Amino acid sequence: MPVGKIKVVPAEIGGGFGGKTTIYLEPLSVLLSKKTGAPVKLVMSRSEVLRASGPTPGSKIKVKMGATKDGKLVAAEIWMAYQAGAFPGSPVAAGALCIIAPYTIENFLIDAYDVVVNRPKTAAYRAPGTTQAAFASETVIDELAEKCGIDPIDFRIKNGVKEGAPQVLGPPFKRIGFIQTCEAIKNSEHYKSKLTGKFRGRGVASGFWFNAGMQSSATVNIHTDGTASVVTGSPDIGGSRASMAMITAEVLGLPVTDVRPITADTDSIGHTDVTAGSRVTFATGMAVYEAAKDAERQLIERAAKVWEKKPDEVEFRGGMLHAKGNGVPPMSIKQLAPRFARTGGPITGRASVNARGVGPGFATTVVDVEVDPDTGKVQLLRCTVAQDAGKAIHPSYVEGQMQGGTAQGIGWALNEEYFYDDNGTLRNSGFLDYRIPTCLDLPMIDTIIVEEANPGHPLGVRGVGEVSIVPPVAAVANAIYRAVGVRMTQTPMSPPKLLKAILKHRGATQHSAAAD
Amino acid sequence: MPTVVIPALLRKFTGGVERVEVPGKSIRELVQRLGERFPGIDRQLLQDGDIRPSIAVSIDGEIATGGVLDTVGENSEVHFIPALGGGEV
Repeated sequence: MPVGKIKVVPAEIGGGFGGKTTIYLEPLSVLLSKKTGAPVKLVMSRSEVLRASGPTPGSKIKVKMGATKDGKLVAAEIWMAYQAGAFPGSPVAAGALCIIAPYTIENFLIDAYDVVVNRPKTAAYRAPGTTQAAFASETVIDELAEKCGIDPIDFRIKNGVKEGAPQVLGPPFKRIGFIQTCEAIKNSEHYKSKLTGKFRGRGVASGFWFNAGMQSSATVNIHTDGTASVVTGSPDIGGSRASMAMITAEVLGLPVTDVRPITADTDSIGHTDVTAGSRVTFATGMAVYEAAKDAERQLIERAAKVWEKKPDEVEFRGGMLHAKGNGVPPMSIKQLAPRFARTGGPITGRASVNARGVGPGFATTVVDVEVDPDTGKVQLLRCTVAQDAGKAIHPSYVEGQMQGGTAQGIGWALNEEYFYDDNGTLRNSGFLDYRIPTCLDLPMIDTIIVEEANPGHPLGVRGVGEVSIVPPVAAVANAIYRAVGVRMTQTPMSPPKLLKAILKHRGATQHSAAAD
Repeated sequence: MPTVVIPALLRKFTGGVERVEVPGKSIRELVQRLGERFPGIDRQLLQDGDIRPSIAVSIDGEIATGGVLDTVGENSEVHFIPALGGGEV
């Protein structure tokens, strides 16, 4: 079927997290609809979703790192194998790209394998492949910091990447905010506070995600009453449409309540790539910015016509049109709008981008835990995450992304896993038994938004939706170590697994003490 | 003259050489000149006359989007790296 004959109408969905970018049932619906001549709705049950779609891959990762006595990282050797499911294509390449990205290490070797196994094909899940990679590398970083006798944040600052340093694949970083996220945590009230009490520990970890650009389109329509609408093709899974309205309002100097954001179907807006990769506020926001600037140019031309001047004799600033020179009072968009018809017709700003200048993201997370040594249960006492957003267009939504990613990382750390029986049947194919954290499990997750403007974006934006899921598993593991002296190397660090490790450690400790 | 950083997996074509100065004003020219100097390397980078979809081109630290049509400056540094999409990989 030709692409041009397909119309996709976006729905309001909750989160996406990457898993909803995969096509499963839609082609079947289309074929059945063609055959029957009737609308067809296909729905996967929750059990079917858990049994047959995704998940993020299981993995085995070995990390060996070396540092000088004063804590300078000098070498890393990494072996990583990810389950792809029944067909090739796990995110092992992304994991390899991100695993040591926060650090300047002159000598490293990374071998990464995509392994086909008899399981459902893996699908994207928020910074795909990177949380498991950071679990491995950030716990080794923690061990090294301890061996060197250096505070774990100072260790990261000492070795942290800066602008100009090469990435794992070679190209140099442009302006980035990794060290700033470390300093934000170091200077936070949380990190400065004392953690007292038995079986309590504090852990730190950092993470990286490269973010995506890709293609987006936008139009900005100025209405005859001087208000505007901004039309894009990016389904909103995190509050992005509010940011689109804010960007438009910022450029045009309008109150944001005078800008209506619309997420349109594929017949009504130019081609726009998928909502994924933390790209929407960056790339679609870039298209919106350009579309609003296009509208601004047209407003200048119309005002020039009204004033019988040349366009370069007219300026737009502070939401008002000004004629250079004296004697002409400035004009608002609201005042100019009724004259659109006389000056050339409706004003529609438009832009399409294949967005360049992607700014990668870094996050650093600190958690305090208390471990019950008799059951292995871990209680999260406190959690703070610092993340470089470049420019937080809508700080509350950015905060929401940081908290959501952190919550998912904590679930990954402490409870989430698939249980298969001997027949290979998934036994916990519902949320009653697939245990994700609830608000009863988590403290308020405090957020610190760091803003190191991305030089590649007109407003300095970096994608923010994913990187916050990367550090928490390692941060929790590092905190557990400080609480009970056990280094966990497998997720989830659920009560049965942690208790087993505690008892083994206790036995080994008692044996060693008896031997002494 | 622009510098091309050869990815690790393709250094077998260059005898292990990592950084190569190559004359050219576009990615197309650079790849062509690379192929003339290191036969076979161009076929690893190109498919149907454009950069392979599995390969991304970084020019001066920024992922470029124009494939062989992208231009390079006199002192540009070019990397050919695996293409990865975020949020879905």
